[in-house]
Amino acid sequence: MKLTRRDAIALGAGAVVVAALPVHAMAPGDEQIAAFTGGADIAEGGVTLNAPEIAENGNTVPIEVSADGAAEIMVLALGNPTPPVATFKFGPLSASRSASTRIRLAQTQDILAVAKMEDGSFAKATATVKVTIGGCGG
Amino acid sequence: MNITKRLVSGTVVASVIALGTAFAEPADDTLTLNEETEMVTTTAAPAHIADVVDTIYSGWHFRGEETRRMQEDDFDNPGMIFVEQAMDAWETPEGTENKSCATCHEAAEDSMVGVRATYPKWNEAAGEVRTVEMQINECRENRMGAEPWKYTGGDMVNMTALIASVSRGLPVNVAIDGPAQSTWEAGKDLYYTRTGQLELSCANCHEDNYGNMIRADHLSQGQINGFPVYRLKNTKLNSVHARFKGCVRDTRAETYKPGSPEFVALELYVASRGNGLSVEGPSIRN
Amino acid sequence: MAKDVKPRVKVPKTAAVGDAVTLKTLISHKMESGQRKDKEGNLIPRSIINRFTCDFNGENVIDVTMEPAISTNPYFEFEAVVPEAGEFKFTWYDDDGSVYETAKSIKVG
Repeated sequence: MKLTRRDAIALGAGAVVVAALPVHAMAPGDEQIAAFTGGADIAEGGVTLNAPEIAENGNTVPIEVSADGAAEIMVLALGNPTPPVATFKFGPLSASRSASTRIRLAQTQDILAVAKMEDGSFAKATATVKVTIGGCGG
Repeated sequence: MNITKRLVSGTVVASVIALGTAFAEPADDTLTLNEETEMVTTTAAPAHIADVVDTIYSGWHFRGEETRRMQEDDFDNPGMIFVEQAMDAWETPEGTENKSCATCHEAAEDSMVGVRATYPKWNEAAGEVRTVEMQINECRENRMGAEPWKYTGGDMVNMTALIASVSRGLPVNVAIDGPAQSTWEAGKDLYYTRTGQLELSCANCHEDNYGNMIRADHLSQGQINGFPVYRLKNTKLNSVHARFKGCVRDTRAETYKPGSPEFVALELYVASRGNGLSVEGPSIRN
Repeated sequence: MAKDVKPRVKVPKTAAVGDAVTLKTLISHKMESGQRKDKEGNLIPRSIINRFTCDFNGENVIDVTMEPAISTNPYFEFEAVVPEAGEFKFTWYDDDGSVYETAKSIKVG
């Protein structure tokens, strides 16, 4: 079949699309989660993650994480330039296995908290935080 | 400006604001500091503006839940860490006289009570209305023999935070009559004058549209009882004149300088619109 | 050492033996993330506090690995069990090698 110019353009466009498709698409945070859990299953529930629905300002967003019986909790901001936020390791004199802090969120995104329990199992919770640009910054 | 031009510009502004109109009530909430100091964050408007607004609200009411809570505890309030830095500066001797603020004023928690509430105010000897910043620099230059601080610099804003913090809970009460009157009137003029490419006056937003959303921002009445303000946006204390400068720039106008007579007059006028609200500085805003 | 770094901690004055107490900590620090650019367009290098620990009479309460996503003037609130009278020690570790410390005692009664 003779290759018309129309065919050639269509072929070329198709090739560009295929090349752009990531062969092995890794979602943000996957790397850190894999390193933290070693690939183990992560249960839903047992972890509380409190964050505002709408952040007053993305520069300083108050969050709280807690998980009864957790040895460690890792917090990731899946929409930030780099997802890691903090990892809380609870020592022998920790009481409620909870912590509050203030974080930076670059845009509307999901925050993920993964807890490593004392028995070696893992659990998680997510929260969506809307981050807006104000009207009149000054 | 002829009537047609005013109508047109008024319509343009009205449509710009109407496009994004969503009214959100100022939060129905009360502020008590450290579980002991009850704050007046809303009250009847002072007589001189009672014809244009019934109730005045501190900017605290226009911020989100988490932000309002952060201000309740002096520990949670990041502005207070700068007050502590200022307490160190208060005790530090400086200048040719080798004096510190404490040398004359002793403990700030005693001597500075009530100061924030009545400033800006007329200074008889100087023959002008003075802001707290101007008074601090006067003390530094003439009594300590020290270099004046930059008007909106870190040292200055920390010190004004300290001075505000010891007056928290006291009602703002700036004089608008007597020798201060002409300055007050100049400030009032500025408040109601449209400027900039966007032809906006302070009143267009803060009197006509408080409570409305301007894009994603909940417009306040523009009260300054909470200054200096720890803004979450830049994680530091911000002074009144720095904020005025930003607001004027946002109307795309040539801005006045911090410390200028225009901003001093405007500060006096804006402070008077909050007469009756509690001094709240350092407060937390977006 | 980064400029003007000042820690503050809030610890109750007394507690009953075995009580859980709430501790709050704040330290003034810029937490330069490494994402910002200067006027010429060059990246301002990262310079943050990367770790925070709290110990009580030598035993660990919490150990936090901190990333650039922690806001300026890092704030933490957490709970500790008080087995006896003693001293809480708070330590912050800066990228530049500085270590900031403060301590507060607590009585039991």
